[in-house]
Amino acid sequence: MIPAAFDYYRPTKVEDVIALLEEHGDDARVMAGGHSLIPMMKLRMADIPHLIDLQDVSGLGGISIEGGRIKLGAMVTQHELINHDGLAAAAPILRETALQIADPQVRYMGTIGGNVANGDPGNDMPGLMQCLDAQIELIGPGGTRSVAARDYYEAAYMTDRADDEVLISVSFAVPTGGYAYEKQKRKIGDYATAAAAVQINKNGGQIASASIAMTNLSDVPVWSESAGAALVGTGCDANAVKAAAAAMLGDIDPSEDNRGPVAFKRHVAGIILSRAINRAWERA
Amino acid sequence: MTDKMHVKLKVNGENREFLAEPRELLIYALREHLNITGPHVGCDTSHCGACTVTLNGKSVKSCTMFVAQANGAEITTIEGLGNPAALHVLQENFREHHGLQCGFCTPGMITRAAKLLEENPNPTEAEVRFGIAGNICRCTGYQNIVKSILAAADEMNAAKEAAQ
Ligand SMILES: Cc1cc2nc3c(=O)[nH]c(=O)nc-3n(C[C@H](O)[C@H](O)[C@H](O)COP(=O)(O)OP(=O)(O)OC[C@H]3O[C@@H](n4cnc5c(N)ncnc54)[C@H](O)[C@@H]3O)c2cc1C
Ligand code: FES
Ligand code: FES
Repeated sequence: MIPAAFDYYRPTKVEDVIALLEEHGDDARVMAGGHSLIPMMKLRMADIPHLIDLQDVSGLGGISIEGGRIKLGAMVTQHELINHDGLAAAAPILRETALQIADPQVRYMGTIGGNVANGDPGNDMPGLMQCLDAQIELIGPGGTRSVAARDYYEAAYMTDRADDEVLISVSFAVPTGGYAYEKQKRKIGDYATAAAAVQINKNGGQIASASIAMTNLSDVPVWSESAGAALVGTGCDANAVKAAAAAMLGDIDPSEDNRGPVAFKRHVAGIILSRAINRAWERA
Repeated sequence: MTDKMHVKLKVNGENREFLAEPRELLIYALREHLNITGPHVGCDTSHCGACTVTLNGKSVKSCTMFVAQANGAEITTIEGLGNPAALHVLQENFREHHGLQCGFCTPGMITRAAKLLEENPNPTEAEVRFGIAGNICRCTGYQNIVKSILAAADEMNAAKEAAQ
């Protein structure tokens, strides 16, 4: 499995990355950890004549928790997310999710920016970013702009990001209340058959607000507004959980693949979401 | 074909330099340019971990990294951990506890375990299993691998205590 040949660049400034992307257009691509891109290049499903390695680009790293917001630089690895104690205290759902991605070796290399930018419906961070109502910050020839994670995904591998833009960070308000990232997979290290990200706020024994997003159950991550709404005002009793799962099933659109037929995936999605809701409620 | 680039690596404490195409995967660079054949190729899909090396302090699948990416890095392979005359504690314990059968996964397994014990010197059995989840073994059923790693941790901790 030898990938097609490419010219390799390792710039240190983001302006130089953008200049290369402008110069080579479709023929150029950035690489972060490479753990989605290199497997595709080895299979020759991606042929990239100009490969721009982001590892030395300054300003793309770092985790900051300030003024009630959390900002994760694009090049922060899953390993760093797991081992950052401040982040684990402020937003424990990040660690819970990252621990369910791939295996230790992949987590040392795989980045939050690559996971969010990739556009593979199997990636776990996009659903989580939608659950947390994150903003995705991009930089391009015309400067920076910010897009809501809930508006970012268009189709499998198609996102709002233009070819000459680089994802520089994701940010979101410090989450409050209970949380859970629940994932069903065939084996450890596998992509999700179904996964659910849930944040719940409780007030006086009732659910005051809930945010729910699903992974790998459509060609994009699915933030299910109606599932969250079905929980609000309830005491998270069995009927409320059922109603939320039913609402979620109206928003997903799984397709048959080697993880199972559509009916099975819908069944698993319902169970996974119910478990996630119950766990988030217990922690709220 | 693209031009070859000048690659510099520090492998097992030694500075090595050679010419390679950027697209060459690190595993082939190690095996074919440097004749370091401890790390193995066990799959084409980044799943098996037989190719695991330590690169700049991280356990990395060397089949999923271009040699261009690794340029300038410090790398440790199984060859850098121990040798037949002076086995690493993990190697001794794999031998003692029958942690290998065919041995194909072993270099990656031990290289990964060494990093795991460095980060977590007192792992539980569950933590060992979770920590080696990126390394597949087709022979042992993992039972004796886990036993070997736990025994090595005990031995390393006892040695540390004795030294204090
Ligand atoms: C065995 C294995 C199992 C895995 N299991 C899972 C899993 O269970 N869940 C999961 O979510 N992921 C999984 N992954 C994928 C892994 O988490 C990837 O590392 C991650 O999805 C991509 O991050 P990366 O930094 O490696 O990105 P890369 O592979 O470098 O890039 C991926 C894509 O994003 C683009 N990109 C990267 N960074 C930027 C940026 N800053 N701006 C613009 N575009 C950018 C690249 O051009 C490329 O198209 C698995 C991978 C492997 C090899
Ligand atoms: S050879 Fe299988 S993961 Fe590298
Ligand atoms: S000992 Fe044979 S694959 Fe592990």
